[in-house]
Amino acid sequence: MEQTSLHFRENATRALADPQLQRALGNVKTGFILKRAAARASLPEFDALRDEATAIKTHVIDHLDIYLEEYERRVLASGGHVHWARDAAEAREIVLAICREAGAKTVTKGKSMVSEEIGLNAALEAENIRPVETDLGEYIIQLRREKPSHIIAPAVHLNRDQIEGDFRAAHVDLPPERDLSQIVELVGEARTVLRQQFLAADVGITGANFLIAETGSSVIVTNEGNGDLTQLLPRTHIVIASLEKLVPTLEDASTILRVLARSATGQEMTSYTTFSTGPRRDEDPDGPDAYHVVLLDNGRSAMLGTDFQDMLRCIRCGACLNHCPVYAAVGGHAYGSVYPGPMGAVLTPQLTGIHDAAHLPNASTFCGRCQAVCPMHIPLPKMMRHWRERDFAGQSALATPKLAIRAWAWFAKRPGFYRFATAAQGRVLSLLPRSMLAKLPLARGWTPYRVLPKPASRPFLAQWEAREQEKLRRERPHHG
Amino acid sequence: MAEKVSTEKTMSARDAIMAHVRKGLGVRGDEPGRRGVVQTRLRNPVANLIPERAKGTKPELVKQFQTMLENGGTGVVRVRTYKGVPDAVATALRERNLPSRVRLGSDPFFRTFEAEPGLLEILGGAAEATDLVGLSHAFAGASETGTLFLASGPDNPSTLNFLPEHHFVLIDASDVFGSYEECWVKLRGVLGAGVMPRTVNLISGASRTADIEQTIVKGAHGPKSLAVFIVGSARE
Ligand code: SF4
Repeated sequence: MEQTSLHFRENATRALADPQLQRALGNVKTGFILKRAAARASLPEFDALRDEATAIKTHVIDHLDIYLEEYERRVLASGGHVHWARDAAEAREIVLAICREAGAKTVTKGKSMVSEEIGLNAALEAENIRPVETDLGEYIIQLRREKPSHIIAPAVHLNRDQIEGDFRAAHVDLPPERDLSQIVELVGEARTVLRQQFLAADVGITGANFLIAETGSSVIVTNEGNGDLTQLLPRTHIVIASLEKLVPTLEDASTILRVLARSATGQEMTSYTTFSTGPRRDEDPDGPDAYHVVLLDNGRSAMLGTDFQDMLRCIRCGACLNHCPVYAAVGGHAYGSVYPGPMGAVLTPQLTGIHDAAHLPNASTFCGRCQAVCPMHIPLPKMMRHWRERDFAGQSALATPKLAIRAWAWFAKRPGFYRFATAAQGRVLSLLPRSMLAKLPLARGWTPYRVLPKPASRPFLAQWEAREQEKLRRERPHHG
Repeated sequence: MAEKVSTEKTMSARDAIMAHVRKGLGVRGDEPGRRGVVQTRLRNPVANLIPERAKGTKPELVKQFQTMLENGGTGVVRVRTYKGVPDAVATALRERNLPSRVRLGSDPFFRTFEAEPGLLEILGGAAEATDLVGLSHAFAGASETGTLFLASGPDNPSTLNFLPEHHFVLIDASDVFGSYEECWVKLRGVLGAGVMPRTVNLISGASRTADIEQTIVKGAHGPKSLAVFIVGSARE
């Protein structure tokens, strides 16, 4: 998967100047934030449930090895198969092998961030297997050959007219004079087109919101029902999920479900929450003949015992994205990685190395809203700070800030030089006309929007000293 | 087929991942205390915090169940007795300008339809793409969010829940509980501990999407409408 996190600054600059994107991002603010607040207000136990949900995941992570074993045992007992993948390449190879064996030509897919993470679609296409994304948002971005810009609303960066253009370009069999001016017509067209794909698919691939150790079940949470048609109709159902999706029991899943939809879309509960266990039973008239689970590590086990262990509690609700002022300003694509926003700023360096993602933990105002709304109480700002520290200590991709901080430190440790330098700088700047202050080098991020204020002609330290001297002079007792 | 895919390579991946997990946690994996904690939790599933709203008398819960469903745009019909079910379904079809035809499974709950041949055309088995209406029986319902619980099998094939244009669901008033947890207890009571049917669907409304400009549109891929028939009167 191509990653452009190294270019966060360029990406962000472009995003801020993109009027289509800015219009689309307005929907995040009015939609998700208000709806979550309303859902929270109507359930007095919401915060207590967050505490419980957090405790459940903390417990699972502390006992992850045993839960994985218990879960595997239950899947096998229900007639399913479990495959283990250390990294993205292994996971792709396992999925491809199952698809080859099933003689798959078309594969339908429910929305899965793990699939994005491992770059599954490109691997399928390279084998002449056609992946069809069936979540409406994912379908749209697949047509555009883009990445999702949000973990629960993949096409939130787009507007209706753009999608109309995509549909006209892709669905060439349909009459060109058809009316697509309303959103409901676009949804209807996608329904018709994807119906045929659901029925034709040989393999269905879904992610999982939870894996349940008690029963060996995988759980998907959707509103569209696309994940269900994906996993019900083809002969083979493949679930791809990362290790930390484990929860102990149906009761524990129920507790987390109570905070998931409310945090994500502000719904009390999504339309469909589906628990799948093994293949169809002998007497069943429908359902897949084979059920495979691919358990992906890809950097998760390496987070255990580190400053980032708590990140494994994440249930991918997207609340931290929705409430992040940086995300709201630049959108998800600027992050240049599969996972955007605050959770992405913590997760991406883990998955790809801090060198390629060094900008992301800095793409934050450290306002703390992400942590405040996170249903799993993940200390996101603290973790971003940890990445900054590691980045600073190691081989950094960000030479400029590092150099700047080193230089500042050199001066700060030498008060004489420091005073001399700041005084000199202040005098120079205060002599410059306003027009030049508006165009100073190294201040590009500021100067297009506001003029740099004229500094005082004497620096703070000098003024302070003078003031203290003056005080002393006045307080000195007068000898008559 | 699975044996072929589960080659040695993936077996060793399993061992490598397990070793990595244990190293990160600083454990060996055979500590009896840790395993005991997990096994106890899995063998005796315990409910966590249940919201107050999920508690009440049966009639209160049924009322809440109905209100929650209606708030989500689902039509709810109260039917006094099983004998009245075929008629209620036929009426609902007429109100929606749908032909008198439904597909349903072999659930004993549907026997009442046999008593009234000619009223409706009944199709059996798994759903087909051209079906207009699927009729299912929910084994339980949770009033806290108006959520139906359906189990797959010949009685209620899961495709009925998703392929037809409209989904009708019957539920006995006595199967309406407050919380999700009570619905799981009922399922365990029927199937035994740790056992699940191939699919359990929790359904709280019709299919919908908000993927284009956050505008909610019904009937994304699944049913465009959901209708629920609550049968019987809930007694204390
Ligand atoms: S970090 Fe928290 S708020 Fe963000 S997606 Fe994960 S669980 Fe949700």
